Amino acid sequence: MGEMQIRPLTLNFGPQHPAAHGVLRLVLEMDGEVIQRADPHVGLLHRGTEKLIEQKTYLQALPYFDRLDYVSPMNQEHVWALAIESALQIEVPRRAQLIRVMFCEIGRILNHLLNLTTFAIDVGAMTPLLWGFEEREHLMEFCERASGARLHAAYFRPGGVHQDIPDGLAEDILNWCDKFPNFITDLETLLTDNRIFKQRTVDIGVLSADNALALGMSGPVIRASGLAWDLRKSNPYDAYDEMKFDIPVGKTGDCYARYLVRVEEMKQSLSIIKQAIHKMEPGPVLAQNNKITPPRRSDMKMSMESLIHHFKIYTEGFHVPASESYTAVEAPKGEFGVYLVSDGSNKPYRCKIRAPGYFFMAAVDEMSRGHMLADSVAIIGSLDVVFGEIDR
Amino acid sequence: MTTADIINPEMTNNNTEHSFEALATQLLANSAERVPSLNGQLVYRCELNKLISVLNLLKANESLDFSQLSDLTAVDYPGRIQRFELVYQLLSITHNRRIRIICAIDEGQIVPSATGVYKSAEWPEREVWDMYGLFFSDHPDLRRLLTDYGFEGHPLRKDFPLTGYVEVRYDDIERRVAYQPVQLTQEYRDFDFLSPWEGDQELVHSSLNAESESKVNAKKDGYS
Repeated sequence: MGEMQIRPLTLNFGPQHPAAHGVLRLVLEMDGEVIQRADPHVGLLHRGTEKLIEQKTYLQALPYFDRLDYVSPMNQEHVWALAIESALQIEVPRRAQLIRVMFCEIGRILNHLLNLTTFAIDVGAMTPLLWGFEEREHLMEFCERASGARLHAAYFRPGGVHQDIPDGLAEDILNWCDKFPNFITDLETLLTDNRIFKQRTVDIGVLSADNALALGMSGPVIRASGLAWDLRKSNPYDAYDEMKFDIPVGKTGDCYARYLVRVEEMKQSLSIIKQAIHKMEPGPVLAQNNKITPPRRSDMKMSMESLIHHFKIYTEGFHVPASESYTAVEAPKGEFGVYLVSDGSNKPYRCKIRAPGYFFMAAVDEMSRGHMLADSVAIIGSLDVVFGEIDR
Repeated sequence: MTTADIINPEMTNNNTEHSFEALATQLLANSAERVPSLNGQLVYRCELNKLISVLNLLKANESLDFSQLSDLTAVDYPGRIQRFELVYQLLSITHNRRIRIICAIDEGQIVPSATGVYKSAEWPEREVWDMYGLFFSDHPDLRRLLTDYGFEGHPLRKDFPLTGYVEVRYDDIERRVAYQPVQLTQEYRDFDFLSPWEGDQELVHSSLNAESESKVNAKKDGYS
């Protein structure tokens, strides 16, 4: 009898599996317990964000960005604000820049806390999740005090931030910054030298630097593969050029390296938050241009002009001159970009959102081939995917 | 590239920036045309038949080294003669530069896939097929990506209504999710905020379409 070709077993992973990090349906073709092919079916959370943005004014489109990567909402708003500011050529006041940098780094810690701890629970460690969510609660409280919302803040606006941070918030964040390193130490005690954690992650899902580039990777994933590429350093936006921080780089490009890079990034973020707060001085937090930014409520009580501006901004919105541009920021997950085409009206003509997780998910097939079934969980966990931004 | 390469942010001062641009323009002299852009971003337009060779040139040239395709998308201009524009965003991390290649195509024209040059083009091309109905030849696996199984139409085209054509509900009798035509209890409200006293509304709305149409016409006249 000649050789027989056995049809591989097809296995559905998700969409209700907790380790699928949301709504991922992964169709795995298995040879025994070895993955031959992984076919991610995404789009279960597709809400047509790009289509919706085309129907809204520039300001109304901003809250959609919170809902993309809902783990670190303010970083997404940032790219939208920057894209509009560069098209309109407006300057952002320094205090607003520093507040933005501070909340971006808070967003980075929020994101890494969620990713590292859920990654840990995926490979069998439960405690980090319970501890990490307590810390996330502190951070979301800071977001709430500044913007009124724990998650969907809509706080970064074209021209600055919506309102100044309340008294005492900066001090409280500084106090928290002093306590947080203890948490990182605890987290590392639980995971970094943990034998089970290392058995599950070391040499799993190895990505070489060349391969990472070819697959469109960015952020901690590309850094774990050994490339010191960070948009905060290479194309500094807002006040990042004044901040002193290091870019952690991994050597091996495996799941463990991605974990280590994220832990180190949290420490660097902490230092950036402190620097931003120390540099803050009283001043305006929104550009003084009443064609683009709304007037203060107190002015509206006395000034007819302000009332008209307020009405115009919140109904018609502002017009952006015809242009096309690509703006990108270093979101916690990687390069988050917006390709904005404007036609001179008050609504974007086309807004393409480049989400880092989208390319991570596309690479899952290549990364998990030849690995065991349980490793696919570790790979997905280490890539840090959130379906809000992948499906858009 | 070795893992020891550390990217230096101060590498690109004004001087090298200009020579970089000149180099790119020189390299693409026969195949693509530089177009003015916002904030000094490098933007080139090329013909469809030269698209893959342009991408290959940019990737292979060591002093440009565009090793990553960071994004690929399309834009729909229903008023233009060549209805769609494909937009390729390339990134060179060694030189810390980006470049954008724009390629105008007609509806129904077949686009050569960039997956042979950049692996990361696979999903974006599937998405463009899904959202705009542009077909890519030589693509390893051209299926719909984001829309529902069995979805019809291409949602990001400008003539596709925001509310879509079908909606889903749970059918108690058949005990499954069933499709039905969209029934809106209230008509979708599309406010026109443009002030009537600030010029012709039609003109403002379609400024992009109209402008390029005249350009294309002028070009055609020139050729004939």
